[in-house]
Amino acid sequence: MSATASSLQFPLSHDQARRVEDAFTGLDASQLQWLSGYAAGLAASGVATAPAIAPQADVGETWTILYGSQTGNGEGIASRLADDARARGYTVKLASLADYKPSALKKETLASFIISTHGEGDPPDDAELVHEFLLSAKAPGLEKLRYNVLALGDSSYVNFCQTGREFDARLAELGGERLTSIVECDVDFQDAAGEWAEATFNALPEPANVASVGPQLRAVPDAPVFDRNTPLLAEVQTVQRITGRDSSKSVYHVELSLDDSGLLYAPGDSLAVMPVNPPALVDEVLDVTGIDGDTTVDVDGQTIALREALSTKLEITALSLPFLTAWAAHSNDASLEALAAGDNKEALSDLIDSHQVIDILHRFPASVDGQSLADSLRRLAPRSYSIASSLTANPDEVHLTVAEVAYEAFDRPHWGSASTYLGRRLEEGDRVAVYVETNNRFRLPDNPEAPIIMIGPGTGVAPFRAFVEERAEQEASGRNWLFFGERNFDSDFLYQLEWLRHLKQGSLERLDVAFSRDQAEKIYVQHRIRDNAAELVRWIDDGAHVYVCGDAKHMAPDVHAALRDALVAQRGVDADTAEQALKDLRQQGRYQRDVY
Amino acid sequence: MSKLSDVERIKTDSRHLRGSLSESLEAAITGALAEDDTQLSKFHGIYQQDDRDLRAERKRQKLEPAYSFMIRARVPGGLCTPAQWLNMDRVATEYANGSIRLTTRQAFQLHGVIKRRLKATVAGINAAMMDTLAACGDVNRNVMAPPLSSSNRVYAAVQQHARELSDHLTPATGAYHEIWLDGEKLPTPEVEPIYGDTYLPRKFKTAFVIPPQNDTDIFAQDLGFIAIVEDDQLIGYNVTVGGGMGMSHGEPATYPRLADQLGFVSVEDHLKVGEAVVTTQRDYGDRTNRKHARLKYTIDDRGIEWLRDEVARRAGVELQAPRPFEFVANGDAYGWQQDEAGAWHYLFFVENGRVSDVGERRLLSGLRAIAKLDVGEFRLTPNQNLTISNLSDAQKATVSALLAEYGITNSDRASALRLNSMACVAMPTCSLAMAESERYLPDLVSKLDAAMNAAGLDNEAITIRMTGCPNGCARPYIAEIGLVGKGPGTYNLYLGAGFAGDRLGCLYRENINEAEILAALTPLFEAYAADREPDEHFGRFCIRTGVIREVTAGLNFHGAAA
Repeated sequence: MSATASSLQFPLSHDQARRVEDAFTGLDASQLQWLSGYAAGLAASGVATAPAIAPQADVGETWTILYGSQTGNGEGIASRLADDARARGYTVKLASLADYKPSALKKETLASFIISTHGEGDPPDDAELVHEFLLSAKAPGLEKLRYNVLALGDSSYVNFCQTGREFDARLAELGGERLTSIVECDVDFQDAAGEWAEATFNALPEPANVASVGPQLRAVPDAPVFDRNTPLLAEVQTVQRITGRDSSKSVYHVELSLDDSGLLYAPGDSLAVMPVNPPALVDEVLDVTGIDGDTTVDVDGQTIALREALSTKLEITALSLPFLTAWAAHSNDASLEALAAGDNKEALSDLIDSHQVIDILHRFPASVDGQSLADSLRRLAPRSYSIASSLTANPDEVHLTVAEVAYEAFDRPHWGSASTYLGRRLEEGDRVAVYVETNNRFRLPDNPEAPIIMIGPGTGVAPFRAFVEERAEQEASGRNWLFFGERNFDSDFLYQLEWLRHLKQGSLERLDVAFSRDQAEKIYVQHRIRDNAAELVRWIDDGAHVYVCGDAKHMAPDVHAALRDALVAQRGVDADTAEQALKDLRQQGRYQRDVY
Repeated sequence: MSKLSDVERIKTDSRHLRGSLSESLEAAITGALAEDDTQLSKFHGIYQQDDRDLRAERKRQKLEPAYSFMIRARVPGGLCTPAQWLNMDRVATEYANGSIRLTTRQAFQLHGVIKRRLKATVAGINAAMMDTLAACGDVNRNVMAPPLSSSNRVYAAVQQHARELSDHLTPATGAYHEIWLDGEKLPTPEVEPIYGDTYLPRKFKTAFVIPPQNDTDIFAQDLGFIAIVEDDQLIGYNVTVGGGMGMSHGEPATYPRLADQLGFVSVEDHLKVGEAVVTTQRDYGDRTNRKHARLKYTIDDRGIEWLRDEVARRAGVELQAPRPFEFVANGDAYGWQQDEAGAWHYLFFVENGRVSDVGERRLLSGLRAIAKLDVGEFRLTPNQNLTISNLSDAQKATVSALLAEYGITNSDRASALRLNSMACVAMPTCSLAMAESERYLPDLVSKLDAAMNAAGLDNEAITIRMTGCPNGCARPYIAEIGLVGKGPGTYNLYLGAGFAGDRLGCLYRENINEAEILAALTPLFEAYAADREPDEHFGRFCIRTGVIREVTAGLNFHGAAA
């Protein structure tokens, strides 16, 4: 038929083609893949012209959905909310806080903020500028604004969801009206985030022009989407310790097979791994509480043996505030109660940093039954690892760089659940539940000619292995410069042979290293940045993108200061001007961080 | 013309051994030197090695090999002061693996020095007026001289000549000071008066010897000086040329060769003649094939007469007919001895030259204690042993007590086979090693001791030497039992060499393991015990009874001469 014949020609008008092209700009591989399925779903439903376009035209008010997060979780929630909203007929503007002009706030009338908190209560990089603006005296009155906040956080930090709380409080202070109250999500955010989204829709008026879009039009993509609820069970191909025998630490290179799963990722993305707790630790929890491991408990509506729950469902390593609160009640210990009440934040923070669940169980004995124990523990959350491989260079594989957490404290061993699982307990052929966490805030430049400077001490080097592999594979002409640091040259130079090969082949232009414990004085990457300030600023002047990955507490601020000082020294400007230059770079996406 | 070997290119481009060594030392991303620099570093006494036990493991760990460096410090004539000994001890403990190795050329070797400590190590060695320059490389290496003589006057004269020749043949390049000691960079390149810009075609080894002891293995040297003594006076030397151990498995064009006698020269001519031999080899040695570049091949290609004429012409010295002399052994004379001036000397066994504290025998600590007395001298022997020399009666008593306290005199009870054993370093550090040597020979000797005892050869001195490869650092081809590494756990067995280092051995069994070594030697020990003639050494016995063919020259080492 003629329609078929014409579809063999180029099917879009010039204008349509341009709009499609615009729409696709900036999307990553998995988003494109999802869209292809979505479009196919629309076509198959036979009402392809209905959604998205028609209802938006007549809606008066724009609902602005803003997100700022370090890992990509916030972006995921925000874009699902935006999809839902559009499907229901709302006019939506979705944006990252990183791309959002703070002064535009005063014009908003309807806005939802999805904001994570970083480390010890700091805003994520993306939200930093808006956060600063909002809390400053320059912030305008927001009497016209109706808003709500979804705060993401990790209750193993004392200042849990701090940034979200600050946004929520400050927006009200500036005259904004709350659409719903703030919802605070822990690492296990999915349910709470879903409830918040429903509450938001309930609080909003029906859109002016309700779309005639039925649920059948929620497209079913052909590419599988792996997430928390439907992870990929990836086969372990290799687990190789990559620190030398005399090393003070164990770092493992883990290779997982993607088989033909269709799982896609891009350099910069993270892989979430569902851990299994150390069996010895599960035994110890059962031992110290005196509960039989075969006792059945209810967890999320499932009835399972407590031993199984402690292994795969519940958090028994990292401490969280809800656990401490619950345990204070169980143990009837006044000192723990006082701590959990949070009056002395510093003491609470110290406790959470230095202790694990097992230490609390030992120190504050309580007589509890299996169900009470299960209820007091937080849900076991997936652990994120920056992906260490390029999919182009390693088809059907994903690689991780895993530093084992294992130490003695209070006369008993302590372990990290995922690191010991990946490094020590998994064997080749085993399967591990994983899914990709997209991180569009940590991406190689679009321009293959742009130089890049990568600063990644310790396992922070992982994404840069992916970056360099990807650039080598693409034969990108941009120069690549890596700063790496660790404790000892002899044993801790992660991926040394590969870097030497990249240098030889030209896929790495420069490599500067700092080994802190090879000499009397401690030398870190920031020292190497200072040593090479002139060259580094030349690279930035040549358009280099700067990436930092690794420790958020000490390394990232120290590196930031070194970058600022380099600009001060080389450009002869004052510190504020240099700070502003770094902010501008951040705004341009030329200074990106993946720090944790 | 054949193409020059690649090392020649590196030497030519090196600006008198500088190359890019300074940059290589600075490069923090690798524990190795740049490839060309690994050749040049040898001229500075520094060999790049890696722990071969860890190679495969580190490759899996995506780490480069565990590189470290062997540093060889020259000790001309093997003579060092207690202060120098203490300094070497300090440097070894601070920068290396905590042990000192005495070499078969009377030098010190330190192992396991990592790149970022190299400069400090060389500077530390230099602090005691010792250096590592020309301890390896295509130059004249450490000049050897006997640690003892029955005449102290002759000993002293030979020592002085050895030192003069060593100084005379030391490269003039300022590279050593620039690179290692932060010396000033010279605006114009210095002149190398003896070596020229490309040095020698290959390594060059020189020794002095005082008969009747052939402890410095004079026939294994490129250039040798046999002291001729008349009426307790040193009157001159028989000069020898063209000795050398190195060969390659499966390449019959390479072979060990014993030196020829070039002629007698009087004492005052030794420097001129020595230099003439070196410059002749510099000009005529083969620079296209490093396996054919030693003086021994130059001589076999051109004839000893040619060399004699060339040397005489260059030195302006007439070479007289060699004078008679006699050698009795190429091992060391152990124990206390007193020279004609009344001074005491104690020569003792250091298994494989390794000075460290092992169990009750605390060599490193004991020698440190003795050195702290600051009396006498430390003399390194050519068989990797040590002499505490020049002691008065009172000092002898103090030193004796310390030797006993630290278990050093225990070695006096070692078997004669062990006292005449020598092994190179080999695994895990030497990159050339094909088989174990230092780590294995002591065990093998224990097993052979048992076989000898069973045969009734309780205290018969037989020389046994093992190397991990055919290059022959421990001079195995002139040991009565020579074992040369062929592969992991397997060796070639050579028999028939002269007890005085005056005859090459001959291949007896190829590629055999320990059981086969014991099975091959046990019946020979039994036959030797039963059928030997008076004073007949094991090597000679093997030839007389037809066990093995007699090798009369390097050229027929692999078979009868064509």
